[in-house]
Amino acid sequence: MRHTLAVLVENKSGVLARVAGLFSRRGYNIDSLAVGVTEDPTISRMTIVVRGDDHVLEQVTKQLNKLIDVIRVTDLSAEESVERELALIKVTVDANNRSEIIQIADIFRARIIDVAAKSITIEVTGNEDKILGIEQLLRPFGIKEMVRTGKIALTRGVKGV
Amino acid sequence: MTGATERMTGAQAFIECLKKEDVEVMFGYPGGVLLPIYDAIYDADVRHILVRHEQAAAHAADGYARATGKTGVCLATSGPGATNLVTGIGTAYMDSVPMVAFTGQVPSFMLGNDAFQEADITGITLPITKHNYLVPSADELPRIIKEAFHIASTGRQGPVLVDMPKDVTTDELDFSYPDKVELRGYKPTFKANILQIKKAAEEISRSVTPVIYAGGGVISSNGSSELLAFAEKIMAPVTNTLTGIGSFPGKHPLSLGMLGMHGTKYANYAVQECDLLIAVGARFDDRVTGKIESFAPNARIIHIDIDPAEISKNVRVDLPIVGDAKGTLVNLTKYAKPCKSEDWIKKITDWKVKYPLHYINSDEVIKPQYILEQIHEACEDAIIVTEVGQHQMWAAQYFSFKEPRSFITSGGLGTMGYGFPAAMGAKVGRPDKVVFNIAGDGSFQMSSQELATVVENDIPVIVAVFNNGFLGMVRQWQELFFDHRYSHTCISGSVDFVKLAEAYGALGLRATKPSEVRPVIDEAIASGRPTVIDFIVEREENVSPMVPAGAAINEILDLERKS
Repeated sequence: MRHTLAVLVENKSGVLARVAGLFSRRGYNIDSLAVGVTEDPTISRMTIVVRGDDHVLEQVTKQLNKLIDVIRVTDLSAEESVERELALIKVTVDANNRSEIIQIADIFRARIIDVAAKSITIEVTGNEDKILGIEQLLRPFGIKEMVRTGKIALTRGVKGV
Repeated sequence: MTGATERMTGAQAFIECLKKEDVEVMFGYPGGVLLPIYDAIYDADVRHILVRHEQAAAHAADGYARATGKTGVCLATSGPGATNLVTGIGTAYMDSVPMVAFTGQVPSFMLGNDAFQEADITGITLPITKHNYLVPSADELPRIIKEAFHIASTGRQGPVLVDMPKDVTTDELDFSYPDKVELRGYKPTFKANILQIKKAAEEISRSVTPVIYAGGGVISSNGSSELLAFAEKIMAPVTNTLTGIGSFPGKHPLSLGMLGMHGTKYANYAVQECDLLIAVGARFDDRVTGKIESFAPNARIIHIDIDPAEISKNVRVDLPIVGDAKGTLVNLTKYAKPCKSEDWIKKITDWKVKYPLHYINSDEVIKPQYILEQIHEACEDAIIVTEVGQHQMWAAQYFSFKEPRSFITSGGLGTMGYGFPAAMGAKVGRPDKVVFNIAGDGSFQMSSQELATVVENDIPVIVAVFNNGFLGMVRQWQELFFDHRYSHTCISGSVDFVKLAEAYGALGLRATKPSEVRPVIDEAIASGRPTVIDFIVEREENVSPMVPAGAAINEILDLERKS
């Protein structure tokens, strides 16, 4: 089972090490991690995708809550939240396949953000499946380099975490 | 912030903060980056005890904290000074002991440059502190120290480390000490949910074979008399974990003694047969549960703990209650009705007669258990501190404790070398008490340099060395599970402990036969001096009974040995 945790933490140095250290020493698996400052500059928000059964999730949540710098932990269920990842994919191109690649990008509503003689860099946002989808379609052309963020997520509706 | 501010250096502010926290003593060792701090200590009216190794400073602060309930304080310089604290901090962390450890650090502008005596001590102690700080500026020192003491002493207690770069101690600040802390990420649950307490009372009313399993949390929350009232009201027997010993009177008819690997048979049998297990301030450690799938197989489990993360960590819990032990027990006693446990109590009383703790005494050779019985007879109100190993288990088994904070031992981390400096800290905190350190000849040699500290500062602790020439607990396992192959556990080439004591200016005594045991104990107590007693004991005595690793706790073996 995978869970998406929204973790509000104090925006100060060392907090990421505390959280990462907790996961590694207690043997919890992180699938992805994204961190950034929130609307309140004193608070950062980590979105952590963690793998484990209910017992593991309960322990992860409780252990995170024990960290003094962790302000709140919320388990975001897939149905009640919107989730996005972002990927940048650099594909090798030549004159023959450039338009085909641009078409694929269009279908995925991805953006071309850099074009050079022998490469195109595509920015795509979406859920994990969408990014996996475009990656698979682009792979035959030759992916030179790829980078993706961890998942970020917000609850649906007016209520926050 | 309170009142007017005063201009002073960080080092002076450090002293002022300790005074505001009512710190009566700190254990420490100076060094280069701590020069400004030690210069401030020179004139300060806060007691500082100079140890001979920083690890002892941490253990002494820990022993002081466990004996008094106050927060222990230790101080060490950057680099090796700080890393030498690590074992002591880890020991305090595992047993939830309130402690604030201060370390010096290289000046801020040198941080990260591999400067002389630089160590990333906040990084190193991340997994073994409740929280830690690298102080960014002198201005922030008072707030951070306030927070450190607050965090260490509230909720589930534990060690907090404050790392102070040298410039933080020399820079000036406008000192004022905050009245309260504001930590939005730290709000420990203290008062238990009353609905859960009422549910627990219902569970109790249905139970006919209840057992209370009480741990160190009862002592931390000062809830021992509340535990007694609760047990007597619901008529449930009480078993203690190693660190819970002292929370329930050992001679009480409802006392089962310790449970687990070297627990009493009747405690283990009771847990395995009970229909309701009420865990209070205990954490289902593997030395308690044995084979976890077979632990308390028939029981519904109520778990009272101040740390929500302990609930259902190791065993499934039917009814969790998050809150401090003392307050929860008060409320639970109010709502609970007595169990119909007459038959159960009778069964347990029969077990106690049938399966008592026992050993075979001797007229020729000193049995370690006999020494503990004799110390108990000589001074039943003593504080007993231990090292780690066989002697520790015998102390837990054969000294009957009446009150909390009278048994001090490294339970979770199992730190050899803990006992002597911890005994020193305990004696500093409780000078009215006779303090014994029950030691093995192996453990004592890990901290024996502190004889200089206790002599210099006239801290009259009594070290009872159970000298069997072996690292006894490991030898016992080698005997039982490794075909008597005593690989590197024979340490018969030890120092002469009497001469060692005398070399430091302490009193050295020796007993080689049973008839000499009581006289040397009495002499040590009467002397009022730091004393080492070298008890030459049976070499291959085993701790009995014993649950082998991986077995259920009712699969418990007798291992007593004739001499």
